[in-house]
Formats: sequence, structure tokens, C-alpha cells
Amino acid sequence: MNAIGTSLPRIDGQAKVTGTARYAYEHPVADPVHLFPITAEVARGRVTHMETEGAEALPGVLLVLTPDNAPRLADTSDGDLTILQTTDVSYRGQLIGAVVAETPEIARQAAGLVSVRYDEQDHDTGFRVDHPQAYRPESVNGGYATTTDAGDTESLFARPADASVDHWYSTPEEHNNPMEPHAVIALWDSTEPLLTMYDSTQSTHGVVSALAPVLGLERDQMRVIAPHVGGGFGSKGSPHSHDVLAAMAAMRLPGRPVKFAVTRRHMFAFVGYRARTASHVRIAADHRGHITALAHDAFAQTARVKEYVEQAAVPARSMYASPNRHTDHHAVPLDVPVPYWMRAPGEAPGMFAGEVAMDELAAECGIDPIELRVRNEPLSDPETGKPWSSRRVLDCLHEGARRFGWDTRSASPASRREGNSLIGIGVAGAAYPHMVMPGTEVSIGFGDNGRYSVRTGAADIGTGAWTTLTLIAADALGCPPEQIALEIGDSALPNATVAGGSSGTSSWGSAIVTAAHQFRARFGDDPPPGAELTAHAPDNPDLEKYTISSFGAHFVEVRVDVDTGEIRIPRMLGVFSVGRVINPRTVRSQLIGGMIFGVSMALHEESVRDPRFGHVVTHDLAEYHIPVHADIAEIDATWLDDTDEHATPMGSRGAGEIGIVGSAAAVVNAIYNATGVRVRDLPVRLDDLLTGLPAQ
Amino acid sequence: MIPFRYERATDAPSAVVTLRENPGAKVLAGGTNLVDHLKLCVATPELLIDISRLPLDTVDTWGDGTVRIGANVRNSDLAAHPAIRRGYPMLARALLSGASPQLRNLATTGGNLLQRTRCVYFQDLSTPCNKRNPGSGCSAIGGYTRYHAILGASEHCVATHPSDMAVALTALDATVVALGPNGERRIPVPEFHRLAGDEPDRDTVLERDELIVAVELPPVVPGAVSTYRKVRDRASYAFALVSVAAELRIGDGTIRDVRIAFGGVAHKPWRAVGAEHSLLGAEPTLRAFSAAADAELSAARALPGNEYKIPLIRRTLVATLRELVE
Repeated sequence: MNAIGTSLPRIDGQAKVTGTARYAYEHPVADPVHLFPITAEVARGRVTHMETEGAEALPGVLLVLTPDNAPRLADTSDGDLTILQTTDVSYRGQLIGAVVAETPEIARQAAGLVSVRYDEQDHDTGFRVDHPQAYRPESVNGGYATTTDAGDTESLFARPADASVDHWYSTPEEHNNPMEPHAVIALWDSTEPLLTMYDSTQSTHGVVSALAPVLGLERDQMRVIAPHVGGGFGSKGSPHSHDVLAAMAAMRLPGRPVKFAVTRRHMFAFVGYRARTASHVRIAADHRGHITALAHDAFAQTARVKEYVEQAAVPARSMYASPNRHTDHHAVPLDVPVPYWMRAPGEAPGMFAGEVAMDELAAECGIDPIELRVRNEPLSDPETGKPWSSRRVLDCLHEGARRFGWDTRSASPASRREGNSLIGIGVAGAAYPHMVMPGTEVSIGFGDNGRYSVRTGAADIGTGAWTTLTLIAADALGCPPEQIALEIGDSALPNATVAGGSSGTSSWGSAIVTAAHQFRARFGDDPPPGAELTAHAPDNPDLEKYTISSFGAHFVEVRVDVDTGEIRIPRMLGVFSVGRVINPRTVRSQLIGGMIFGVSMALHEESVRDPRFGHVVTHDLAEYHIPVHADIAEIDATWLDDTDEHATPMGSRGAGEIGIVGSAAAVVNAIYNATGVRVRDLPVRLDDLLTGLPAQ
Repeated sequence: MIPFRYERATDAPSAVVTLRENPGAKVLAGGTNLVDHLKLCVATPELLIDISRLPLDTVDTWGDGTVRIGANVRNSDLAAHPAIRRGYPMLARALLSGASPQLRNLATTGGNLLQRTRCVYFQDLSTPCNKRNPGSGCSAIGGYTRYHAILGASEHCVATHPSDMAVALTALDATVVALGPNGERRIPVPEFHRLAGDEPDRDTVLERDELIVAVELPPVVPGAVSTYRKVRDRASYAFALVSVAAELRIGDGTIRDVRIAFGGVAHKPWRAVGAEHSLLGAEPTLRAFSAAADAELSAARALPGNEYKIPLIRRTLVATLRELVE
């Protein structure tokens, strides 16, 4: 059977385009009520009084939650989830209350009638690398070590090198902003008891395991349902405080489903975001461009209320060969909301810095940027010494160069002009670690209808999991895809791990393949109706033996208006190595989506946090720019013909995040090639280029 | 959103009567700006008077060449109208550079003139703003100023006017026709919008009980060429960082007529009178364009954070004029 590799259209596509696919807020529930939150309007201090009488007097208002009357949480160890337990305010926009009413309009109006008084204290939301409270965390996101050292970088940097790079690179705060903002319907059945949540989440079981202890429930007293999710980009990787607020309200109003749709503005307040980062990258090389020392010191903002440190220096540990290497992370604690996963956390900002630095080194050495990467290609993982399962980043670079016309690039910057446009081409490499999360269980049954039911709690966040898992199951069970009845998106199904870290298909697919093999071994290929078993994937020892990553190369053409500095991207190509491609249609969509995020990161996205107030003031999609259709012209993603038997039983590797990794660097490198202006702080705007443009 | 009453106007005079009798009323046309403000509680009217069905939706050319545009003519329809495309390409281009197709399909000529600033602090009830709440202070000063004014700003407000269409109408010397309790009043567009001064809450000179019923364009200047150049961070659906509306008529090698307005630089569409004076009678050279920019921008003052706007508007003006004579 060869379902894998076919471009099966999304099996949920028709439901989505006809509006019948149900997203969190849309599940039909009887007698719903509506929640609107009350958020802190100081960045640090204490609520001294909340005047709720006006809101409570409004007809239709059922409940005003405040720190005074909110249910007590059983576990307050998670600073992101702990709300309304004290009157403390730890960041502006923090949830400090809620109104629940018969209609959304009444709830919103009533929330505006709650007047809050504060004892305001001095706050600090200003990110800076010399912050007096900056510290080295115990570890960084992903469980990586904070610091690594090999050889002696400092003595190398102290000596003059043939070529060197020593620069700072920074990325701003960015907010995930999936098309579907976070939303939840929470229903408390006090008789069972059972808390049911229709939640927009990347992990139904993850919500249960995170929230049950907080709410003082057993895991089997919660059920989380998420058949369709309109994007998450990391921010829905775990529940946030809005889920807790909805659950609190539901537990106060048994039998009434509490609906809470987070507004676009509130998306900038309490559901996670990419922290500001600053990277100090130093490279020393000989005259042939061989790197002799490489150091990446990363700084990232974190919240005082809970630590989250973006692992921006981690990619530098394995990307290039160097006998002397140093990486380190520093956290800068501020009075800000808790940063969280966003679109390749660590790799996206880290490889922006690293891949721009490589472009700078190439210019410094007078070596073609692709050739420079060839000369520094590591034969084994520099960090661990382990062999690569398959590292074809150079194949990606060479294939991309051939397709894109790299040979038309002028090596000297600002030397190509057509009409009123300065034209440049840039390249960057990409790597993203292959992750398989342990713990997914899959049950397979054979029904009277002649179809196999394949069941696990996985969430399809728009990536195509409904379709991809169907293909994997079809091949594993030796039947056509039409014979598979997939059930996902519900914590009542067998346990599934998160749709995040590019691990979803790898983790769930491995479990499906294992369960299918066991099913066929036990029941044969003509199973009796009612046959059923549940299985989970065994540990894959190759994950320890090899370093397994997905790789890629980005090629970007930019045009910069010679008068105004306006930057446009007429052409972009990504070539990737992601193992075996399970569904070319959905993989292509994901890769292109990631590349567009790279354009967005390079040129557009910036959450401006006003240090006087402490909140993001560009908090809507008119002010917080992402690319529109007119910004994305000819864009293509392709991949090498690959199979990685070490990575998963399907031969596939993660493909979700590799599209964004490195893409912003390719844009920045192309801008340098077009204008001769090197910008190291994202986003790049025409402001940065004006002084470098030719005189009129 | 605060509950409000809603009335559908049956004709323009009665809408004016309703406006006069209801100090808490606001006029609803396309709603592309007002509805946002209702949701954000930036606008809290007691009454919405819906004029969107009034038959103010035609573009008529009079015998003397004047073009009268009904207040309810949609931006998309106006941009596509043959009389506009043929005679006023600057206006058509300005319209098409604004917002998105969906918004242009709803937004009206009268409503576009009354768009309020996109200053992030104006739109955020949790921050002080003199325009929204007079006397509370200006949060933009000392704050996020990328989109803010470099010309004609006051210590009370540094917001910019967001419309593209209004910049073209300012350059074209168009006229707003407003219906009030005492009949029609005609207001030149360059005088229609206000500088902030010490009353930043007042965007225009329109009285509270006046309703825009039409905009009139003067006859086409024979032999003139015009365009609109908008500079923005992304290719569509973004407000202008700066924009230039310019019209030139050149005869015998010198500039005989010139009309220039800037967008994105001031509390109102900025008629560049200084640049016009500098260019009138001059030869259309890069040197002259540059001198005109100097003349206009000698009074420009950047805020920390929008310094880029002065060289940007300068370069955009020169490029726009260069394009017109190329």
C-alpha cells in the first residue's frame, strides 16, 4: 500500500470551507452563558478594591468573579495559571476578574462597569542585556543545558583572526496570533463531577494534565474536546490563564456552559508570545573560512511570575563545525506576561542571528555564502559527537542554488539595479531537531461497517493531521484510506502528545504504526468485527544513537525601492530535507506557511511594549503587521527525496517548524546584497535603509 | 460595547434634524471605522443615525466640468468611475491604495473624510489621550511614534490623519458640501480638517449637526499630470507612513501649475504650500524638486522614534515629482 506520499486532499477540507467544522466556540451547547475578562491596568502592584455593584446590577449578569470570591486553586505552583488567588498584579493585562452574563454584549458592558483601584508599584518592562537582575537559568526551554563549552573560545577571540564576526542581533516580542484566537467553552457537571472543555488547544490531554491538579480534579474528572483548531503556532501548546478563568466560572455556574472567546487585543496580553531576544555572536575563522571559534551568548526576556527562557543559542551547538565552541543563555526577568512557545522557539531567533552572522563571515572572508557553509559542514554532531541520521543541508543548498539561479547573484552588494529597484539575493541554512514525544497511545478497532477505527487524542491545528494520520494508518493496516475512520481531538480518546515542536505526526504516527502492526499480528488482515486493541510506540533506540534533525535552505530575492527603501520580496524558495513526505500537499502548505512566517518575522512583526504602561500597544492586526497576499509573490517549497529509517517507522521527520527557521536570515542577507546595509535588529524596516540609499 | 438606539434616516434634512436634537448621536455610513470604535468603546453614542441608504450615491459631472460625488459613493465605486479614472488619476490611485478591497467596498466618501486617527493610544481606553479624553494627556509623546506627525503637531496631540482619499482631495482643492440646519455650507477640503492645536478632540470644522452630503471636484486642469504615491511597510492594507499627492502642469519648460499634499505627516492632510510656491515658475529639475522639499520641510520636527519620516517624505516627494515629468 502506498497511501503515504499521495497528495490526499484534506479530509476535513469540505467541512471547513462549508463552515461545518466546529471550532471551540462553535460547539452547540444548551443554555450558554458568556464571559468577558477584567484585566489589570497596572503592570505591577496590588488590587485594593474592585467595585462590582454596577456590574452586578446590570440585568443579565450572572456572576462577577474577583480575587475575593474566586474559587481557590488546589495547586498554585504555575505562575501562568494562578489567577485570582491574591490581589497581586504581576503584569499589565493579567486576568484579575470576569463577568459572566446571558449575552456577550452584556458581559462586555458589565466588565466595563467594574471599577478597579490599585496600589501601583514601580514596574520594569524594559528589556536590556545589561539588566542588573539578568541571570543564568538552570536550563532553557526544551530542557537544554544553559551553557556549553568545548575547547577555549576566549583565548581564540583574544588573538587576531584572519576573519572574524562580533555582532549583536535582536528580535522583538512577537505574538502568535493564529486566525482562531484562543477560545473555550467550559461546562461543569457537579453531579459526576465532570468538567468538559471545548478548547482551542494543541493538546487535549495536555490541558487535562495541566489543569486537573490546578483545579483540584482527578484526570478522569476532565474532558477536553478539540476536533478542529484554527492554528496555534505554539501558543495553544498548553492551557493559559483564560482556561482557568473559564473553568472557575463554570464551577460557579454548574450546568451552564461558559463561553469565553479571547479578543484579538487580549491575544497580546495573556496567552504567550515570543520573548525579546538579543544574541551576541562571535566567530573567528582562518583565511579559507574555516571556523576556529564560535560563540553564541543569548539573552531573552522572561516573566517574574514564571520562568520561560527561549533557547536561542542552542542551534549554534550543532550547526557548524568548530573546534572551539561556547553557548550560553541569560534570562532578563521583567514585569511582563509569561513568554511561551512561538513558531520554532529557540531556532527561529537563534538561527536568524547565526545565519546572518555566517553571511557576514562570508563577506568578511570574500567567500560565497554557500561555499562557506560547505567548508564548515560538520561530519558528525559537533555537540555530542554522534553520527547524523541524515544531514543533507548541503544538498538543500546546492539544489536550491540550482533552482533559484544563485549564480546570477552579484557577490558585491548594492550592485544590481533594475528601474527604481535595488535587487539582492540571499541564502540561509536551517535545522530543526527531530522530536518524538513518548506517551501516545492508539486504539485500533474493526467495525461492522468494514472500516478500521483509529483513535487517539491528537489535535489537528490546521496542519493536516486528520489527513496525514489517515494515510499512515492506511499503509500500516494495508487498506485504502477510505477504510480508515480516524477519531482525534478528544481527551476521552487514548492519550496523545502535543501538536508542537514538529513532533505531532512523528509521535502519533509511530504509535499508529505500532498499534497497526500489533493489530495485524493478532487479528490478521481480515479481522473479525469488534476486534480491538490499544498500543503505544516502543522507545526508538535510534533517537539516542543518532542526532536527528530536519534541514533546509532558504533563497530569497528582495527588491528595495531606490527612493523610499520599501522592501518587497518577489521570489522565495525553500528546499528541505524532512525524511519521507507523508502528504506532499499538506507538507508543502506547512513549509510555505513557515517561510511566510519568516518573511513576517524579517519585515513585519513587532509587538511594541510601551515601558511606561507595560503593555503591548500595537495590539491589533492593523498595527501588528503580518504579510498580506500582496506581499507574497512567487514562493515555493520543495524537498529532497528522502527516507530516514532512524527517525520514525514511517521514515519521516518533523516538518512543521523547519519552514520558518533561517528564513528571516535569508531575507536579511538578501537585503544586504541589495543595498549594502546590514541590519541586525528585526524587523527590518525602510527606516533602516534610508540613509544607505543612493542620493536622488 | 454600550447599548445604543438605532434609527435609519429617511432623507438628509431629517437626519440633520435628528442630529441636532440628539447631542449623543453619531452618523453611521459604511461603518468601517465607527463600528471598530463602538467595539472598543472609543465611541459611545446614544443613537446611531444610519444614512447608508440615503440616495447620495451618484457621481455627476456638471456642465462647467465640476464633478459632484455623493457622500455615500463607495470608495471602490469612486475609484472605478470613468470620470475619476480619466480626469483625476491621483484620486483613483489614492482610493485604491487605501485599506483592503473589502473595506473599500463599504467605506463611503463622506465617511472616509471623517476617519479618525489610528494612533494606538487614541484607540486604547487604558491610556491617556487628549483627542479621546480632553485634558488627560498625550501618550504618544514619549511613546510609540512611528506613525505620528512631523508637521504642525501641538504639545497636546501628535496624531496623524489616516485617510489617503482626503490627501488627494486636499491637493485637488475639492469642496465638502455639508448640510446643516440652515442649509448647505461649502467648505474647501484644505480647510476642512484641523490641526490639533489645543482642541485635538476636534478633527474637522464640521459642526455637530452638519451632515456631509457631497464632495465637489473642480474641473480637470487641462494638460496637467497627477499621481498619488503611498509609502508603507507592506504592499497592501497598511496605513501610509507618508504619502504624496501631486499634480503638475508644465508649459514651455517651466512649472505653470502645481498642487501637492502630504499624508501621514500631520494631524490633517498637509497641503504643501511652501513646496508649491518654490516650484511655481521653476524648471522641473531634480534640483528644483529638492529645493521644494527643503522649503516645505524646514518646519518639520520629528519625535523620538519617527525621525525617519523627514528624509522619507523628502525622498518620496522628489521621486513622485520626478515620475510625473519622466
